[in-house]
Amino acid sequence: MSGLGGTSEIDRVFDSCRALRRAAFVPYVTAGDPDLETTLELIGALADGGADLIELGVPFSDPIADGPVNQRAAVRALASGTTLSGVLRMVSSARQRWSVPIVLFTYFNPILARGVAHFASQAAASGVDGVLTLDLPPEEASGEYIDALRANELATVFLVAPTSTRARIRRADELTRGFVYYVARTGVTGDRRELAPELLKQVKAVRRKVRHPLAVGFGISTPEHVAEVGSVADGVVVGSALVRLVEEHGRDAAGPVAEAVRRLSEPLRTARRGRRS
Amino acid sequence: MAETRAGYFGAYGGRYVPETLMAPLESLTIAYDKVSRRRDFKQQLAALLNHYAGRPTPLYEAERLSDQLGGARIFLKREDLLHTGAHKLNNALGQALLARAMGKGRVIAETGAGQHGVATATAAALLGLECTVYMGEEDMRRQRPNVYRMELLGARVAGVDSGSRTLKDAINESLRDWVTNVSGTHYVLGSVLGPEPYPRMVRDFQKVIGEEARRQLKKQSRRADPDLAIACVGGGSNALGLFSAFIREPKVRLIGVEAGGAGEELGQHAARFKGGRLGVLHGTRTWLLQDEDGQIAATHSVSAGLDYPAIGPEHALMHEQGRVEYTAISDAEAVAAFHRLAETEGILPALESAHAVAEAIRRAPGLSSDRTVLVNLSGRGDKDLESVREYDAAHRAEGDGVGEAAE
Repeated sequence: MSGLGGTSEIDRVFDSCRALRRAAFVPYVTAGDPDLETTLELIGALADGGADLIELGVPFSDPIADGPVNQRAAVRALASGTTLSGVLRMVSSARQRWSVPIVLFTYFNPILARGVAHFASQAAASGVDGVLTLDLPPEEASGEYIDALRANELATVFLVAPTSTRARIRRADELTRGFVYYVARTGVTGDRRELAPELLKQVKAVRRKVRHPLAVGFGISTPEHVAEVGSVADGVVVGSALVRLVEEHGRDAAGPVAEAVRRLSEPLRTARRGRRS
Repeated sequence: MAETRAGYFGAYGGRYVPETLMAPLESLTIAYDKVSRRRDFKQQLAALLNHYAGRPTPLYEAERLSDQLGGARIFLKREDLLHTGAHKLNNALGQALLARAMGKGRVIAETGAGQHGVATATAAALLGLECTVYMGEEDMRRQRPNVYRMELLGARVAGVDSGSRTLKDAINESLRDWVTNVSGTHYVLGSVLGPEPYPRMVRDFQKVIGEEARRQLKKQSRRADPDLAIACVGGGSNALGLFSAFIREPKVRLIGVEAGGAGEELGQHAARFKGGRLGVLHGTRTWLLQDEDGQIAATHSVSAGLDYPAIGPEHALMHEQGRVEYTAISDAEAVAAFHRLAETEGILPALESAHAVAEAIRRAPGLSSDRTVLVNLSGRGDKDLESVREYDAAHRAEGDGVGEAAE
């Protein structure tokens, strides 16, 4: 990608949002749910609806960090024959039509099965900009994984959780390229009615400790949540609430998803705020 | 033992979990390393194992079986006689005591055959801990009596209807519960699987099997050590429990028996060293049954406790080093061994343990009568009556003569 795409593309997104004094809106869908043709349309819908960055889930048979909504999405995606190669081919077509950066949200085994170095070069060649591997903490990522992704200019996104110690937050930040992802609650992915109490305070505290932009996800599902979290974070991730729409509308989900993304991202466009730096 | 850099066994092991679990695993590691060395903890655990669980379990020479086979002397380490009917209680008591020492009021566990669930429910009842056990719905069907036992012990049994609805899915759900409730909950993982410190912690709690068996064998056989030590390997805790005592004795051949299931195709068995390769599942890097795309494969075994796509990481190292020899026993051979042990010795083995018995039956005739074979009879077969009855009925109907193998 030589300078275009990858980490620098993600940095550019957060820089321009910062200039607009608003948080980035980061929608998530599972690739291949219900099939890859639909996902390609959904990427268009997300881009048109106001996504600043897209998180694309790679379906895995044993998604231990996901709640029931994303689990069912993975089952549907695998049932339609979705493979990591298929996902990368689809990303490649999507990037020819839309410029919104794409970060893969994945488990480690599909990457390992392909070979970490091979995966990194293929992902970069397909136009993927970054990778968040859910079950790969900094300790296990150091070495081959980090080297391979860096060599291909892919952003390496790491999680920070409410249980993370100060030392762990520092370590995640050091290995991160792109942005740090804060897990809004101890638990699995899924839409929730209420945000975790103390969340905004926690986000503020973590944000002071990291050098990279801080996106927040897990359990954010309404425009009110987006507005609240967006007032303290650099990015807001909405996943299961959109995946539910895909579940409901199947191959016809693009319209409803675009509409939902407009509604969910609206608060970020209207509410400007004072920012650090 | 075989642990190399912290949390790793050679290239295997580690901690491949979401960030939320990392700090709790660090705390668990520190707590385990500190508490398990404390004299009062050791004394408490030893007292429970002796006076509550029934240790030491007997070592029994199966003379009729040995005579019939006409070869080596076969000794059975009778973990089936431990309270709750399997070796699982050694670990469950250890971890439940640890949970209490860490101030956790709730424990959770996964279970396949139901034995680890029953053991954890038992330990939780004894120590006054709240307990939830995750069990695949397919396994609940196969192991109905154990579901009721857990409920009688005061545990909540949560059915898991995702994926293959077996042990693997029960572990997924346990991890999801743990990640959600981690501050007040300890996850009592039942085998030498999962992220550090579980593989070595569970092994250490099971070492008592091999230590006892070694002492008993010296006394009863008047030979130093066995020529062969055989154990079945699902995750592999009963095997490491037995093997640990002999690992530094190169003259003792160690044999781990995987589930050969119904055939050699992917999906028909659970023999990781026959059809698997390196991967990451449930927090650890080890040998896995998986497809080309890295999706975890379906597995099959007549025994729920061996029906799992990954093997403990320390086994992966033992395999690489050649210290343990791994082999597979089919459903048919395991069921035949189940019948044979029942009829010759009056012992109903768990179907898991029947795999180890079948391997002994295969090997003993080729050895002279001054040789000894030590088999870990890891559990009792009462839970499997329905599975064996169904298996025999189905195969008698097919007329493939499996039922006759027992006669």
